[in-house]
Amino acid sequence: MSGHTDMVLVDENGMRIDGRTAEEHRHIKVEAGVLHNADGSAYVEIGKNKVLAAVYGPRECHPRHLQNPTKAIVQCKYNMEAYSVSDRKRPGPDRRSVEISKLISEALEKVVLTELYPRASIDVYIEILQANAGTRCAGLTAASVALADAGIPMRDIVPAIAAGKADGHVLLDLNKEEDNYGQADVPVAIIPSTDEIVLLQMDGNMTRQEFDRAIELAVGACHEVYDLQKDALKRRYSKTSQESE
Amino acid sequence: MEKRNARQTREIVVPGDVLDGSGMKPGENAYVFDGKVRASVMGVRNVFQNTVGVIPLRGCYMPASGDTVIGIIVDIGPSNWLVDIGAPYPAPLHVNEVPWKVEFGDTSRYLSMGQVVLLKVLSVDESKKINVTMKDSGLRRLEGGRLVKISHSKVSRIIGKSGSMISMLKNMTDCRITVGQNGMIWIDGDDRNADVAAQAVKMIEAKAQASNLTDRVREFIESELPREEDEYEEEED
Repeated sequence: MSGHTDMVLVDENGMRIDGRTAEEHRHIKVEAGVLHNADGSAYVEIGKNKVLAAVYGPRECHPRHLQNPTKAIVQCKYNMEAYSVSDRKRPGPDRRSVEISKLISEALEKVVLTELYPRASIDVYIEILQANAGTRCAGLTAASVALADAGIPMRDIVPAIAAGKADGHVLLDLNKEEDNYGQADVPVAIIPSTDEIVLLQMDGNMTRQEFDRAIELAVGACHEVYDLQKDALKRRYSKTSQESE
Repeated sequence: MEKRNARQTREIVVPGDVLDGSGMKPGENAYVFDGKVRASVMGVRNVFQNTVGVIPLRGCYMPASGDTVIGIIVDIGPSNWLVDIGAPYPAPLHVNEVPWKVEFGDTSRYLSMGQVVLLKVLSVDESKKINVTMKDSGLRRLEGGRLVKISHSKVSRIIGKSGSMISMLKNMTDCRITVGQNGMIWIDGDDRNADVAAQAVKMIEAKAQASNLTDRVREFIESELPREEDEYEEEED
């Protein structure tokens, strides 16, 4: 958003630098149940983003003062590995990761049936192994698959994807260059069964028309991500039952 | 459990999937939104009378009153013990709920840290406070033997249809086996036999989705424990 470049992000044919059209998202790979010691886990790749999510719980909430006597809380920790970006990232929580953790846990709290587990805590750990713009969406996508894999009761699975604006075009699922040198970035997460929005941010400037178009693109793509998430979960079990047949 | 009719339609659903849109009532792990019954956990779709629900594939154990569970003593207080029964909440066992007369502060003489006990869940209230008791027939300290932990959703598979699987395990391996509703299984017997029984339990957990499981487990135990030979030897004696 901040930088300037001579790079042509969208050429005269509407092609982007990685060969996608404006409405196309990057290749997405979702895998459920990748970690043995976690109650639930998932691995997601969105283009060059590589994200691992693990879920533990519901379990007793520590520290005690965070407990809610009427419902469970969802505690989320988003962490970027030091080697996840081209310049080494200084390890440990920073302002950005605290913000993203809060955002993701609030989005997940909307779908998890927290009232079933009073005083408990559901812990979600998201590790960004490789980052290339759109990690919060990849993280949330992975986290919701991991929650379902842990057998935690929830209304729906949450898919997330970003839309944005670069070179004056509204684009879906910005990559690193488009994010850095573009004009706006709008991450969106929805509850697919109702199309409710559980996460929405905007960094940069857009007109109202552009914004509406971005939301339209993102919601459409969220449904595609949702199908991939469901497919990953079902594949995990058809695989294990085939092995035993 | 009674939901054997899940067998016919073994359709795997994930949270948010529509189970039924034509007026059936929501069963376990299902909710209604917009006139449609939807799943709230990942599991197998299960139709029971006029309700449709989901049998979960995973998930933590939630105690229900009347459950027989196996627990491990994790903390000792002056008038109670804290027992880990694999639930998200600690289960306190009060001195009034044990079959002995325990004086105040004398709790550690009866049950010490790490001991395994067979308990019954007395009550679980809406804030999920658990009460357990040891004052019922058969409830006791479990000494010797070994503890095998499996997912609680596979317990019904271990027991089998009207106890067929568990009685076969007991007979073939000659072990004392106690199954807790929380997925903790206590096996006591001769080292070799208990090994095989524990492996069989793990096998049932891993292959819970498979059909003909009882026969396969029988084959497995037969291959591991060639029982006939032992019996012949005894006859010769």
